[in-house]
Amino acid sequence: MSKYLLNKFLYTVDRDPELVERYREDPRATVAMWETEYANRILNCVDGESSTWLRFDDTEREALAAHDYPALFELGAHPFLTLTLFIAMFERDHEPMGFQTEYARRLAHVSMPYPDIAT
Amino acid sequence: MAELVAVIASTHHPFYYRASTAVGDDRPPFADEWVRKVEAFRETLTKARPDVLVMVGSDHFHQFWLDNMPQFLVGKAPFYDANFYNEEREFGLPKMLLTGQEDLSAYVLREGLDAGFDLAFSNELRIDHSITCPIITLRPQNDLPIVPIYTNIFAPPLPQPKRFVQLGRTIRQLIESWPEDKRVAVIGTGHLSLELGGPRQFGPTGPDPQFDRKAVEWISSGDIEGCLSEVTLDSLHLPGNATHGFMDFMLMMGVAGEGRKADYVDTYDLFHTMEAYFTWYPNGGRS
Repeated sequence: MSKYLLNKFLYTVDRDPELVERYREDPRATVAMWETEYANRILNCVDGESSTWLRFDDTEREALAAHDYPALFELGAHPFLTLTLFIAMFERDHEPMGFQTEYARRLAHVSMPYPDIAT
Repeated sequence: MAELVAVIASTHHPFYYRASTAVGDDRPPFADEWVRKVEAFRETLTKARPDVLVMVGSDHFHQFWLDNMPQFLVGKAPFYDANFYNEEREFGLPKMLLTGQEDLSAYVLREGLDAGFDLAFSNELRIDHSITCPIITLRPQNDLPIVPIYTNIFAPPLPQPKRFVQLGRTIRQLIESWPEDKRVAVIGTGHLSLELGGPRQFGPTGPDPQFDRKAVEWISSGDIEGCLSEVTLDSLHLPGNATHGFMDFMLMMGVAGEGRKADYVDTYDLFHTMEAYFTWYPNGGRS
């Protein structure tokens, strides 16, 4: 399990307006593309110095491909990264603050302590 | 010697800029009172007549990432560009350019290292809303040079709360020993109880009003010992999953000093989180 890689997906997609739209429109294909092309890039290194070992497990890949943010929460993805990216993708489809309150409602079953987010 | 003329601790609410500039139907009902409170708070900085601002905040996964995460970092650069695409997108924050007080950055780094803090540094730092929000609220003319100091309240493992207090004390000592005839204010921002990306987010108040009341009491009375006796890295999960930002308030209590009552205290209960504003005048407010 790699909370780090989940976070890396959320982080690198969130900061790229084009990737935000691709992930909104075609999440499954975007996750597959990202795992091939981005997952092993070290952000401050050139491509020839990429890592060789990073990949999602099936649960993680499916949570991302299904836009399943409650599952990402359960997996210990950083809640700030998930929230920020999902607001960017879906706030536009709701009344003001509507998406944020729905997001809270879909997590209402969660009890303390929350899943550990340490990476 | 430099003089520490004001110590200011504040929440940094990224929606203030949009709320305060909205007009007509877009203007939220709480905006006018919020602006009134912020302008009164701003006056507490203005009257201290600072030459330099030391700004304490926290990068929200903007420039710093999990492959290279500093715990405490000092910016040392002549300029700092500010605000990121996702802050423009979500909060409507403008791009900004701030000037750096590079000689004070160098002093804080050298003397801070020698005082026992292994500070990271950055010579090209883009700063985010944890520092630009208080510029917008407290110094909107953005005319003073800054020293940005970032803390990690975001990506565990985090430093212990007492370490934030110790860093605050050290920052004060360093400013007061800086051999320049400058008036320095320290402004640090954090959060009271806050939940982001969890079930308690965006409620009618902050997620834990009881914690907020206690926190305001600790800060306004300078009760560092009381605060440290109750606040741990574990306990901060209880009031809300983003409440570790409270440790930046604890850092500012360290700057202000044990038992030092704040000279100015104000709060504003908004949906989602409580705003809180504190100012101390270390020299009694004489000009």
